[in-house]
Amino acid sequence: MRAQFVFGEVWIGLRRNLTMTVALIVVVAISLSLLGTGLLFVKQVNHTRALWQSKVQLSIYLCDNNPLSPQCTKSGPATAAQTTQIASTLRKLPQVVEVTHQTQAANLAQFRKEFAYDPVFIDSVQPGDIPASFQVKLKNAQTDAGPVTAAITGMPGVDSVGNDSSILTNFYKLLDGARNAVIVVAIILIIAAILLVANTIRLSAFNRRRETAIMRLVGASNFYVQLPFLVEGMIAGLFGWLVAVGLLAGAKAGLDGLQNYFPFHAQLTFGDLVEVVLVTMAIGLLLCGTTSFLTLRRYLRV
Amino acid sequence: MIHFESVTKTYPNQSRPALESVNLDVEKGEFVFLVGPSGSGKSTFLRLILREERPTDGRIYVAGRDLARLTNWKVPQLRRRIGCVFQDFRLLPGKNVYQNIAFALEVIGKPRRFIRKVVPEVIDLVGLEGKGDRMPDELSGGEQQRVAMARAFVNRPMILLADEPTGNIDPATSIGIMKVLDRINRTGTTVVMATHDAAIVDSMRKRVIELEYGKVVRDQSRGVYGQAY
Repeated sequence: MRAQFVFGEVWIGLRRNLTMTVALIVVVAISLSLLGTGLLFVKQVNHTRALWQSKVQLSIYLCDNNPLSPQCTKSGPATAAQTTQIASTLRKLPQVVEVTHQTQAANLAQFRKEFAYDPVFIDSVQPGDIPASFQVKLKNAQTDAGPVTAAITGMPGVDSVGNDSSILTNFYKLLDGARNAVIVVAIILIIAAILLVANTIRLSAFNRRRETAIMRLVGASNFYVQLPFLVEGMIAGLFGWLVAVGLLAGAKAGLDGLQNYFPFHAQLTFGDLVEVVLVTMAIGLLLCGTTSFLTLRRYLRV
Repeated sequence: MIHFESVTKTYPNQSRPALESVNLDVEKGEFVFLVGPSGSGKSTFLRLILREERPTDGRIYVAGRDLARLTNWKVPQLRRRIGCVFQDFRLLPGKNVYQNIAFALEVIGKPRRFIRKVVPEVIDLVGLEGKGDRMPDELSGGEQQRVAMARAFVNRPMILLADEPTGNIDPATSIGIMKVLDRINRTGTTVVMATHDAAIVDSMRKRVIELEYGKVVRDQSRGVYGQAY
């Protein structure tokens, strides 16, 4: 095995069709970084979902002086006995982890704290506008909300049941949609990259047809004949990947920046980035290597 | 060394076979001329020996190997024992004389020390002393063919196939080429040379095999090119 010879041939091959090599590197870089961004997005969505899901609660609002439901209008504000009854019913449900009673005053205080930046909004809400409530933490925010809501709705003293995750559902749909769009574009670009690799190798094989003809004639093994081309494809893929690593680091910075717009931070770790970078490298090398190999089998017959 | 047993080769989409039931033997160390008009099957004969083509029918043995049983990945090993020279030289224009010859050894993974030793030897053998650093386009046709012969011979093949090696070269220079082939033959290498050059065949007085329409019509030891041409 003569590494120096093989790399000399590779260098000649890459230099001879420089434009194709550059085009290949660019396309591999863009498709890998888009794919990587898609993967980072998946991770970001999962992180965010996990973080928010852990904070999701059911809010069971009790009847007060200006209720929403006709039931409360008839029966009037919830009595102490009704409140106790609701609490014990909730605690008996298997899906419920924790039940906290929030008085009207406590809810108002929390409301004022969360919207402290908007004094006009705060002023528009008077004491007594927000009813007392039970904050219920569920075992599984997604599946348990339905049964618990069904069990508690209609009990005397219960006005309405609010579910935080119904607000989040739309947001998740948005995130998932964005992620899918990135992945679809990445897949289209990867197909383009595969075709470009095949074309580059074919061109390279054509450029070096004299050399390969002589190699075959003097009895060079297939491995020896094909290796320079294979390495050529892989090196182009590797350079594309290196560019993609830079772009991915940028994409992570972008996603981190996006976090500032949300109340809960769910930043990706450096480990996440490394993982995605390694996955894209594996995909890139596999893609370039396999395509080169298959192209060679077609164009460099013994 | 080369043994053909009722070999027939028909190319796809052609009704007439390029070679038809050819039986012949070439012994080790022989010098054989292969003559016949264009399309008589000379090139097909050489391609079959190299296993660039497979026969439609019959058996071929080269250097003791049954080519029908040779797997694809063993073909390179066969070709290492066969040297080839062509009418159009087939040198690499970007490499000088030394590099062109060394290339044949590099691609079969020979160590550099070995290459440094044998390439100058073979350059001397073909009569190109001191021209190792010339580029092919700085050489005459005859000199280029000498480089091609050096490349074909540098790995000491058992068989040398020459497909009209003097086809692009003037008669005076051809004599020099033939001397080199003769020198190679004297080292024990079997030489098979396809040619149209009557003067050369007549002057060498070696075995002559004549092909016509894919059939062997004449096989003479110490023969001449033939009256018909």
